[in-house]
Parts: sequence; structure tokens; C-alpha cells
Amino acid sequence: MAAKKMNLREKYTRMTRDLAWDFSYQRDEDVYKQMTMEGIKIEDWDKWEDPFRLTMDAYWKYQGEKERKLYAIIDAFAQNNGHLNVTDARYVNALKLFLTGVSPLEYMAHRGFAMVGRQFPGVGAQVACQMQAVDELRHVQTQVHTISQYNKYFNGFQEFRHQHDRVWYLSVPKSFFDDAVSAGPFEFLTAISFSFEYVLTNLLFMPFMSGAAYNGDMATVTFGFSAQSDEARHMTLGLEVIKFILEQHPDNLPIVQKWIDKWFWRGYRLLTLVAMMMDYMLPKRVMSWREAWEMYFEQNGGALFEDLARYGIRKPKYWEQSVVEKDVISHAAWGTFYNYAHAAPFHTWTPNDEEMEWLSAKYPDTFDKYFRPRYEHWAEQEKKGERFYNPSLPMLCTTCQIPMVFPELDDLALTCYRSSEYEGDTYHFCSDGCKDIFDNEPEKYVQSWLPVHQIYQGNCGGATVEDVVKWYHMEDGVDNREYLHSPDRRNWDKWTKKATEEEVPPKTAVG
Amino acid sequence: MSNNMVYIALQNNEEARPIVEAIEQDNPDAQINHFPAMVKIDAPGRLAVNRETVEELIGRDWDPQEIHLSVISISGNVDETEDAFILERKR
Repeated sequence: MAAKKMNLREKYTRMTRDLAWDFSYQRDEDVYKQMTMEGIKIEDWDKWEDPFRLTMDAYWKYQGEKERKLYAIIDAFAQNNGHLNVTDARYVNALKLFLTGVSPLEYMAHRGFAMVGRQFPGVGAQVACQMQAVDELRHVQTQVHTISQYNKYFNGFQEFRHQHDRVWYLSVPKSFFDDAVSAGPFEFLTAISFSFEYVLTNLLFMPFMSGAAYNGDMATVTFGFSAQSDEARHMTLGLEVIKFILEQHPDNLPIVQKWIDKWFWRGYRLLTLVAMMMDYMLPKRVMSWREAWEMYFEQNGGALFEDLARYGIRKPKYWEQSVVEKDVISHAAWGTFYNYAHAAPFHTWTPNDEEMEWLSAKYPDTFDKYFRPRYEHWAEQEKKGERFYNPSLPMLCTTCQIPMVFPELDDLALTCYRSSEYEGDTYHFCSDGCKDIFDNEPEKYVQSWLPVHQIYQGNCGGATVEDVVKWYHMEDGVDNREYLHSPDRRNWDKWTKKATEEEVPPKTAVG
Repeated sequence: MSNNMVYIALQNNEEARPIVEAIEQDNPDAQINHFPAMVKIDAPGRLAVNRETVEELIGRDWDPQEIHLSVISISGNVDETEDAFILERKR
């Protein structure tokens, strides 16, 4: 009595759409209350296409297999002291940046997709959001489990969750995601599924994971690729959302274009942290930020936006600026973290001679001219026992919350400053892109929790750097400051017998 | 100057190797690039992973959804059926 086997499309329809029902004693507008607040017009949810015809039963089967593979490797990594196989202890600082800056966003993504999935009347969209909400929870859990092995041996990991809500540079990723989650459901999907996952996420995961592979970090490669294998579904949801909204009603185009402009710029600014990681934090480098931007945004993004041109969508505003800035942002960011190494829970250092040569070769127009002299000066100061720590606090951009370190396009030696007036106050920005975003929704961004403002207002533990660092739950001289003087380095040299005691400089005095 | 490239990136492991080989056989215009732990395959306009080709290479039944276990990233519009996994640009 063998029943005819259903093909994939039929199975998907039975297991997904046919499980939905219409409400008989509640009105749709009372059940899905956020559907009209953004001005997006949807006429027929049945037109939603599900390119991946993954049903819940197949989802559990494949996800279960991914988890078994991943945890087998995590166990092997821990049992074989895998943390000793990385190229150099400096590498571990890239993981600290990841755990404090990225993993909490995975958790917010879990919450965000659970919330928006509830808001959509279409069952295809509901199921896709539900799967993604589960995926994102899996991502944060596997990241914490994997990195916990490093936490047993290196400093700076232990307070990542506490720090995500407080530390100055972590307000950059935190405010990015809070901005998306506090928008409406269609804007959230345009922000996270399309602009971030589809257009930019390759620049986050590919460099981190290839960097981990290159630097001997098997555990991180494994959680990264396990997470990325979910990513193809997420990216497809992002593209589907945009096409669906645009096909539903012509009035949707200007709204969506504005969101794409905004979220491209928000995401691109956030990736400054990744640019810095790629160019400075990997002892063995995979490719430069400049090369990655050319490959994943200029070429691949170019193809995507040509594809979307048939809907009237154009490339995001200010994309040309990102192309000019690709020669600058990683260096500007690392210089900033070098300045404020006493206030971040990971270590910084000046590049060695070989690394400076690599940077010169990868950035022939900018590195020797603008950045090499700073590093040479700082390295000299450090040798004299006067490692530079900037005692002041930087001015932050109200929108992206990054210190003002980005250049004017026609003169890369000049810092770009922009400002807007709103209800009698002046707000400052790093770029035209960030200023536009504020000007479109000033009532939202005047509420920004800007770490420097908060410190000066006395909301961060006290008036001195020591007070603030304590409020961050950082142990001064252990979790922060110069790599050369760190316990991480002393331990690493001892474990790998790379140095004799006298070659290791003493810990810098706290102050 | 039109740019209609699609790509798929797969983990560099035993499960993905026959998928990469199948792509190579069925998509003569595909360009295969090796990176640390990853293989990225670019193709103009369309890229197909065909069930039959993979099954011939591995000598067992293969469900195109198994690609979920080793895919890292994609670009292009997805069409997933029981016979193939396809990426394409629509013009």
C-alpha cells in the first residue's frame, strides 16, 4: 500500500501552509497589530515564495546532525588542549572581540525573529522567522560553549554579557541591534535579514572563520561554519522579504529604499570592528579588509543590486564613500583601540616590522603616509617604558556611536565632523550617512545611550578611569592594556616556552 | 558592464567534496576558488547542484537538502527541488 511519495513542493505545502488557519472570532487587524504601522501595503500573503522548502521535521533532522558534529569537535578540542595550537596568544583577542561584540547580538537576533514572526499573517514568513529564531539561539549557545575553553586560560572573557551593556565600544553593536529590534517588523527584516545577513554578513563570518582556520583555532572554525550553514537560509529569507514587499505594492518602494540606505550604512559602520580585526588582530592574515570589501561588497553586492534594479531599487546611498574609506577604517579603528587599551577588555599592540610591511603592501596609498608614523612613534614610546594611554575621552557619533575617526573623502588627513540641531541641542556625527539617519528620525536617536556622555554625567561608576573600569567588571592590568605587558603573554610564553623570564617586560604600572 | 554572478561557498570537507565535483562537471563556466577551510564557487547567471550527479559520485541516494550540512554562504535566487539545488539571477 505504498503511498505515492510527495515531491518537495507538495510536502512543503502540506507541512507548512496547510497547517495555518483563519481566525473566526478575532479580526486579523487585532491579531497582527503591527502590520500597518510602517506604511507597507501587503495585498496577498499567498504570493510569498519559500525558496528553501525546508519543513520542520527536516529542520530538526539536519540541525541535530550539525549539533552532534560540532559538540564532538568541541570535546576533542578541550581534551587535546586545542587552545595551545593557535598561532600566537595575540589571536585570542579576536575571540574576545567576537564574544563581547557579536555573540550577544545572536541572542538579540533570536528575540527579534521570535517577535516579528508573531507579527506576520503569512505562514511562510512565520515559519522562516521561527526557524531563524531557533538558529540564533543555537548560535549564541555554541559560541559561548566553544569559547569557554579559552576562558579557562586567557583573561577578558568572563564578563562578556555584563560588558555588552556598558563598555564604550560595545555600545556600537548593541545600539545597532537595539535600533533594529525597536523598529517595526518590516524594517527589522529589511535591516537584519536583508541589509545585514544578505549584503554584509559574509564580511563578518567569512573573515572571522577563515582567520580562525588560518590561525589554528579549530573550535572557532567549527562553530562558525556550523552557524554559517544556517546563514544560507537566513540570507534567502532576506532576499525573499525584499522581493515580496516590492512586488506587493508600488507605494512600498520609497519606504524600502530608505531602509536599505539606512541599514547599509548602519551595518557598514558596525563592520569597522571587523576591518580592524582582519588587518591587525590575526597573527596570520587571510586577506585585507580592502580585499574583502572588494570581493564581497563591490563585486557580489554589485550583482545583487543589478538584480534588484528591476524593482526600482538602487544601490544604497553613500556606498561610494565606503569604497574610498576601505583604505582607512581598519587603521583608524586600531589606532583608537591602541589609545584606549586601558578601557577595553582585550589587549592591543603595535604591528611588528613584518606586519607593517604587509600593511604597506596592502594599503599602498594610505598606510605609510598616514598610519605607519603613528605606530613607529608609539612603539618607541613603549620601548622607553612610556606606553601611551589616552587620558581623555573621545567624542562619539550620535548615530553609530563610534568615536570621530573617519576622514573627509577629499582629504584623508582631515577628520569628518557633521552636526544637526534638534529642539535646541546640537548632535554630532561622523559622516553624512549617520547625519541623514538622525535627521530622518531625530526623536529616536536623541534617546541614544552614548557611553562618553554617560561617563561625564556620572552614570558609569565614577569620575576616574579606574572607577569606570571597575564598573565594567574589568581587572586593570589583567584584562586590558598593552599585550606585551599582559599576563596572557607571560602565560603563553611559559606554556609554549617561547621566551625566558627576563625577556618579558614587567606589567605597566596602573594609572 | 553587466554583473550577474552567483556563488556558493562550501566547507572544505568530505561531505562537500563530491558536491564540488558535481558542480564542476555540470557547470562548465563555474570558477572554483580555494580558501582556508572553504571552497567558493562563482558562476555567471546560474549554478546547479544536481542530485543525479552527486549520487553517481558517492554511490548512494542523496537528498539535495543535505547541502544544508555543508553550505557556508550563497548569492543569487534559490530554487530547491527534490532533484536539484539551483542559484540564479533573474533578468
